[in-house]
Amino acid sequence: MAAHSAVLSASKIINPFWVGRLGNTAKVFGTTLISHRNKTSLTGENIPPPAKYGGRHTVTLIPGDGIGPELLNHVREVFRFTCVPVDFEVVNVNSALETDDDMNNAITAIRRNGVALKGNIETKHTLPASVKSRNNVLRTSLDLYANVMHCQSLPGVQTRHKNIDIMIIRENTEGEYSSLEHESVSGVVESLKIITRNNSLRIADYAFKLARERGRRRVTAVHKANIMKLGDGLFLQCCREVASGYPEITFDSMIVDNTTMQLVSKPQQFDVMVMPNLYGNVVSNVCAGLVGGPGLVPGANYGHVYAVFETATRNTGKSIAEKNIANPTAMLLASCLMLDHLKLNDYASVIRNAVLTTMNETRLHTADLGGQGTTLEVVQSVMRVIQSKGQFTAEL
Amino acid sequence: MAGKAWRSAIVNLLTKLGLSINGKEKLKPQELSRVVGAAKNETPQSRTFIRGIQTVTLIPGDGIGPEISNAVMKIFEAAKAPIRWEERNVTAIRGPGGKWMIPPDAKESMDKNKIGLKGPLKTPIAAGHPSMNLLLRKTFDLYANVRPCVSIEGYQTPYTDVNLVTIRENTEGEYSGIEHVIVDGVVQSIKLITEQASKRIAEYAFEYARNNQRASVTAVHKANIMRMSDGLFLRKCREAAEKYKDVKFTEMYLDTVCLNMVQDPTQFDVLVMPNLYGDILSDLCAGLIGGLGVTPSGNIGANGVAIFESVHGTAPDIAGKDLANPTALLLSAVMMLRHMGLHGHAKKIETACFDTIRDRKVLTKDLGGNSKCSEFTEAICQRMKDMD
Repeated sequence: MAAHSAVLSASKIINPFWVGRLGNTAKVFGTTLISHRNKTSLTGENIPPPAKYGGRHTVTLIPGDGIGPELLNHVREVFRFTCVPVDFEVVNVNSALETDDDMNNAITAIRRNGVALKGNIETKHTLPASVKSRNNVLRTSLDLYANVMHCQSLPGVQTRHKNIDIMIIRENTEGEYSSLEHESVSGVVESLKIITRNNSLRIADYAFKLARERGRRRVTAVHKANIMKLGDGLFLQCCREVASGYPEITFDSMIVDNTTMQLVSKPQQFDVMVMPNLYGNVVSNVCAGLVGGPGLVPGANYGHVYAVFETATRNTGKSIAEKNIANPTAMLLASCLMLDHLKLNDYASVIRNAVLTTMNETRLHTADLGGQGTTLEVVQSVMRVIQSKGQFTAEL
Repeated sequence: MAGKAWRSAIVNLLTKLGLSINGKEKLKPQELSRVVGAAKNETPQSRTFIRGIQTVTLIPGDGIGPEISNAVMKIFEAAKAPIRWEERNVTAIRGPGGKWMIPPDAKESMDKNKIGLKGPLKTPIAAGHPSMNLLLRKTFDLYANVRPCVSIEGYQTPYTDVNLVTIRENTEGEYSGIEHVIVDGVVQSIKLITEQASKRIAEYAFEYARNNQRASVTAVHKANIMRMSDGLFLRKCREAAEKYKDVKFTEMYLDTVCLNMVQDPTQFDVLVMPNLYGDILSDLCAGLIGGLGVTPSGNIGANGVAIFESVHGTAPDIAGKDLANPTALLLSAVMMLRHMGLHGHAKKIETACFDTIRDRKVLTKDLGGNSKCSEFTEAICQRMKDMD
């Protein structure tokens, strides 16, 4: 860690002129200098970790619990079939253990590779309260401050509401998820919700930059500042400050309970939404439910340096694990987001189109969408579509 | 004793005492259970069931409050409900010692009558005093906010067949109001969960489920992240579940509830949760059935106090123009009647209201029609007269 920070402080002296020229040295010195290079852009769409060893990327894979392992196996299968130049470094995390060794291994692996694809790690209630949620630990250690979720109505899926297209940007590291709790008096528990100016500015900045990049017109901040005047008040103030720098984008705010009410009656009014951690949890799950369920929407967690991809609603799916009925769409689309991040856009489009064709045209749906298909059937259909488009593929 | 024998034994006992339930001979098991449940409890239900006219404190409120309160009073008159209204106004006044409080005559009236009906109260910004709703909550220790959400036939929403109840802890949690600026740019908000309050709300939830023939209670939490606080809440719910074995108990994460709620709300029955989740979820459920203009709500306090209210705003733009929709206040008043045990009158008024809405001939603007509030009220009163 000391070397890491030493390099970073040295990097401030290094002239931008040298950045590109340090390319070869990067391969020699490894990850330390790479993290300096990735600090250039804020949106996470930055220079990917350089391809090492013959043009292939290495990505950390954390199978997690429940349906995670089987869905990630399917992702690997599809990648192998499509000849995607990505190798997976699998790191298993045992949620039943109390020690943090597994998590530390996973975090080290992600620091090494820069990108990860993960399933959800279960948080067992039977363990003492000092064992924090492992997913949360991962997000805070790697400073993955922005959780981005794009909810779109899919034509092949029957839902009550149509034409939904909402981008949700959720602060991922602080707020109610600070995991700072204490029992000062027996029977009285206090849980701290922390809101800081820096993180609020950071996430607001991310949201507006992303809105600008994607040509979105309106950003809505979701809050409860009428009750939590200081905390959410600070968040709102930071959003307003950032909004003043983006005159072409309309900024408004809405209280969280009104937001959920509006979402179930008129979700088409929302464009981009930015919010602190807990409200983000609620709103993202409501939106996922509106477009068709947890099996459809992928999610991405971006930091300045690292990026981790998973399903948007982060479900373990224990009850449907290993029954071949889980919907692989969310995980496959998450892997496409990862490929986009690695700048392997062609492969990303091929796989994404195949998944969407299976969903919308072939209409092969799994049980959560009211269909009869199994996970394997859906994956095989995806692979067949990829093959039929003339893509160079391995054996089926 | 087996079902039917037990029930007819109770009916015989009651007829011997000269009482009948809703004037009927044959009873549905639910109605009988309700009576037995009412008789078992110490709540006003059992007392007012046998007594005559009950006095209720009415707080008309601001904005459209007075008009909708008038509408409700008119409808109750037409229904011949045994209710006498005692109107009181609630404004914040400074008491001795500088603490803000409600006027003493209002407090006295509430303490005497125990049951109240409240219209919307406006919260003036920068008035220096906390919101009126908060004051009322603190004064009467209104610890449970109950919102039954039932789909209204005739007011179409994308969700049909919603029939659930959200019970929200109303005194602590994230809304404790304790916030500090630790360092410039870092704010800390404290969420307080206590054993007492959690125990109280959990037991109320099961009690409610039992009294209203609800099959299951689901505790909504985020104990994977907030291990100690929601963990405590969950433990208390589990303990209460042990005492009420006839009601099924499940626990579900907040995000899973939200996800499933928008896909299939029919799977939920009674939901119990801490303050913040309750705020969000109860408004979410209100959105499912059509918004705050048609959602009833009740606040249960310590010492048998219960205040039923409409949760929408004061709508100052349509105040005084006879355009308001009294449905929310009316349904809250119906909820109040049920709480008092006057099920017959409750059913009559509720049916009249739903039938009028289903008919779609006389509807206020927010429900999609263009009638006035007084016309809507008149239609309901007429329907009740026709029913007799």
